[in-house]
Amino acid sequence: MEKMQCTCGHINPPGTVLCEACGRSLTEKEQNSKLVDMRYEGTARRSQTYNKSIVDKIWNFFSSVKVGVSIIVALLVAAAIGTILPQEQYVTVPVRTDATIEAYYSDVYGSIGKVYYFLGFNDLYNSFWFIILVGMLAISLIIASLDRFVPLYRSLKNQRVLRHQSFMNKQRIYAEGPADADSMQKAEAKLKELKYKVSTDKNGLLAEKGRFSRWGPYVNHIGLIIFLFGVMLRMMPGFYVDETLWLREGETRAIPEAPGYTLENKGFEVENYTGEDGEEKFGEALDRVGTVAKNYQTDVVLYQKPEDALPGETNLEKVKEYPIRVNQPLKFDGYAVYQMDFKEDELKTMTFALTNKETEESLGNLTIDLINPEKEYTLDGGSVVKLLGYYPDFSGFEDGEPQTKTPLPNNPGFLIEMTTPETPQGETSFITIQNTVEPFGDNDYKLAFQSVETRDVSGLTIRKDRTLPILGLGGLIFMIGVAQGMYFNHRRFWIQQQADGGIILAGHTNKNWFGLKKDLDQVKEYASLPAYTDQQEEIEKLEKEEAELTP
Amino acid sequence: MSLTDISSNLLYVAFISYLIATFVFGGAVKGNKAGTFKSEKRWGTIAFAITVFGFLANLGYFFTRWGATGHAPLSNMFEFTTAFGMTLVGGFIVIYALYKTPVIGMIVLPVALLIIAFASMFPSEVSPLIPALQSNWLAIHVSTVVIAEGILAISAAAGLVFLLKEVDMTKKSKQRFWLEAIMYSLVLVIGFVVASTYFTATGYEAEFTYVDKEGVDAAITYKMPPIFGMNEYTQMTEGTLTPFVETPAVVNASKLTTVAWSLIFGTILYWIIRLIARKRIAALLKPFVKNVNLQLMDEIGYRAIIIGFPVFTLGALIFAMIWAQIAWSRFWGWDPKEVWALVTWLFYAAYLHLRLGKGWQGKKSAWLGVAGFAIIMFNLVAVNLIIAGLHSYA
Repeated sequence: MEKMQCTCGHINPPGTVLCEACGRSLTEKEQNSKLVDMRYEGTARRSQTYNKSIVDKIWNFFSSVKVGVSIIVALLVAAAIGTILPQEQYVTVPVRTDATIEAYYSDVYGSIGKVYYFLGFNDLYNSFWFIILVGMLAISLIIASLDRFVPLYRSLKNQRVLRHQSFMNKQRIYAEGPADADSMQKAEAKLKELKYKVSTDKNGLLAEKGRFSRWGPYVNHIGLIIFLFGVMLRMMPGFYVDETLWLREGETRAIPEAPGYTLENKGFEVENYTGEDGEEKFGEALDRVGTVAKNYQTDVVLYQKPEDALPGETNLEKVKEYPIRVNQPLKFDGYAVYQMDFKEDELKTMTFALTNKETEESLGNLTIDLINPEKEYTLDGGSVVKLLGYYPDFSGFEDGEPQTKTPLPNNPGFLIEMTTPETPQGETSFITIQNTVEPFGDNDYKLAFQSVETRDVSGLTIRKDRTLPILGLGGLIFMIGVAQGMYFNHRRFWIQQQADGGIILAGHTNKNWFGLKKDLDQVKEYASLPAYTDQQEEIEKLEKEEAELTP
Repeated sequence: MSLTDISSNLLYVAFISYLIATFVFGGAVKGNKAGTFKSEKRWGTIAFAITVFGFLANLGYFFTRWGATGHAPLSNMFEFTTAFGMTLVGGFIVIYALYKTPVIGMIVLPVALLIIAFASMFPSEVSPLIPALQSNWLAIHVSTVVIAEGILAISAAAGLVFLLKEVDMTKKSKQRFWLEAIMYSLVLVIGFVVASTYFTATGYEAEFTYVDKEGVDAAITYKMPPIFGMNEYTQMTEGTLTPFVETPAVVNASKLTTVAWSLIFGTILYWIIRLIARKRIAALLKPFVKNVNLQLMDEIGYRAIIIGFPVFTLGALIFAMIWAQIAWSRFWGWDPKEVWALVTWLFYAAYLHLRLGKGWQGKKSAWLGVAGFAIIMFNLVAVNLIIAGLHSYA
């Protein structure tokens, strides 16, 4: 396309609608319309100008409002669909595999669940097409903003004071007529008083206020882009840590993904509302719903390896003691540790007595630590109990071999060999809770269960999210942009004194015409300017009358 | 009288005030027989004064309850929904102060009444906070959301007035159908309130045992005669209605029964109104809106959204994310309530782009305003009661 030369001599970029210099209409369509379209100041937007190459087509696609709104609506509908059935992250199955999750959906929700799973809606928000939609939204935000912002910025920056009459009389607010000799000076003074920026050139003036509000939409889009960028950044290593740590009471463990830091669990407690001691007011509610939790708390001690520590050194420096509660995570060095889950009364130790089956006589007790069991327990009288096999979560036999479902001591099973002075050849036995199997025939001795010790386990989540400041910045910029664009407006007046002493005046605002008119009324009064008309309203009135005349 | 009693009495005062104000606003906009509207301003002012009085009582309810419970009364279905009714009236007061439009009051106040009545069907006793809710962010996040939703709902009220005037009720059309559907759905809320109140007053209870969706035995008490039975139910109370249909385990048949009774009561009520009036409800309201300035309604609908949208962004997304990061260790987890807050936000973003970018004004804009309210109500009612998630406290 060619550059467009206006009759005033100014050469405009291809696609310009209103001459950058004088404001004359350059296209036939614009020349024939009663009012000029001021949305983007009649500048050449790339999307409205070129449509040849593939790049043009992509650019035009993403800069369209229609496409933008379609993407928003598609995201909205997709997001809503994802709430019809629970997402798989909220589904609880004993063992998490694709097969068990698929089975869960079809078992619990029947054929609807099957279809839901088949379509991949069980993990909709991580599906490639949903992420592509979000990506398209981001591209649309960038391209649609650039397409409008760049020409608009150029145009408003290079505004001329003097505009051609055809620009002036096609503005929505327009006035012409005789005026006093000092009208221009007075108008200028009044406009300045109303906080307008006034520039003059020969016989004309341009008064402008609130231009920054025109940038509001682009500022809020920048905020959204920064936010989406922050979300993307978490895929990069080092920006984001999300780990789970199950910490038993009394245990000290290294914090995953936090090198040098160790956490000790001093004790965990669950507290429920009692309805007493100032909680009487909750009595009625507690009677209705039963138990309501009041507090989940893990008392921890945080340790750090000294910085000058040698490799292998186990000396730890205490950093702080802290009660981790819901809503009150432990924070250190960019990390946060949250109280997320718990398991009460996990088995800690089991105590047995080596007992003669016939005489019920005990040869002594042994206590097995269920997390770190010993290989061999020697009793005072010289008897030895060897732990040949330990199955913390015994789930049955497979090919004659005992199996364990998990490494957690939920249902401990022990394969033991007992040697006593009486039975030096040793006797083998397989013990689980409430059950003993003697694989090689009747034994003389047994391990009689005596007692058990339990403790609570805290489920803690370790989080580091370095993208949070970026997300916060994005949110802040978005809010600023929204306020800037919505609560302020860009008002302009062009006034020219003509050779015969008469005045022509035009006014424009991007919104709130009522406010613009109020300003103009004051200026008109003070500077005795000619009366103005709202040409848009005139046109609408005419159309309405015509419509009423033609039934 | 304890603080809790004072609080609930203040809520009654507010309710009665809104009820009276509704009729005074209606009278103000309807005008006299001669068709002159000289009295509109005077009666409008009186109605507005009654509304402000009711709103002050409503605020009194809110803060005395805060004092009584020790936390911002925004923690369960009763408290949140009541607060929504209050902010709806608050939003109206702001709009009335700016535009002096009694007709908006005639729409907003009955809707606020319905919302407060709906709220009072939920357990309203003072209840303690679970650990996840014990935070100052409860007051900050939820109050911002409820204020934003109150303002956004004004846009729907303005849209509804616009449509009541603009849609021709004498000719069959899609718009006439949907407008009447809105009226019908409002009557259904009355149906729910009437059904709940009736069965509570008569003390109806029917106990059942059933097998839940995880295959575990469970028990449930129906407060309404069971139309739908739970999965593999066994009737435990004698002499009660035997369910007509047994539902699969994923369906909560007790809630479905409540919906069914609301539909039955609401539909009967709707047809009684239709038969007495011999008109559609939307047509019945026509005389009240004949004096309406359409352009002003369009402006109010838009104004409410540009005020409500940033407040909603702040409360339902930004504050929500900050608190979620503190309480749940992640700022966003695609919990149904979070998703529906995003859906609401995207919807109003689409509204703004259509209005500012595509010139959707007038009727189209009014319909969108009404649809926005439908989404807000869906998020309040369906997401809390039907879709299970972290936010299901009621």
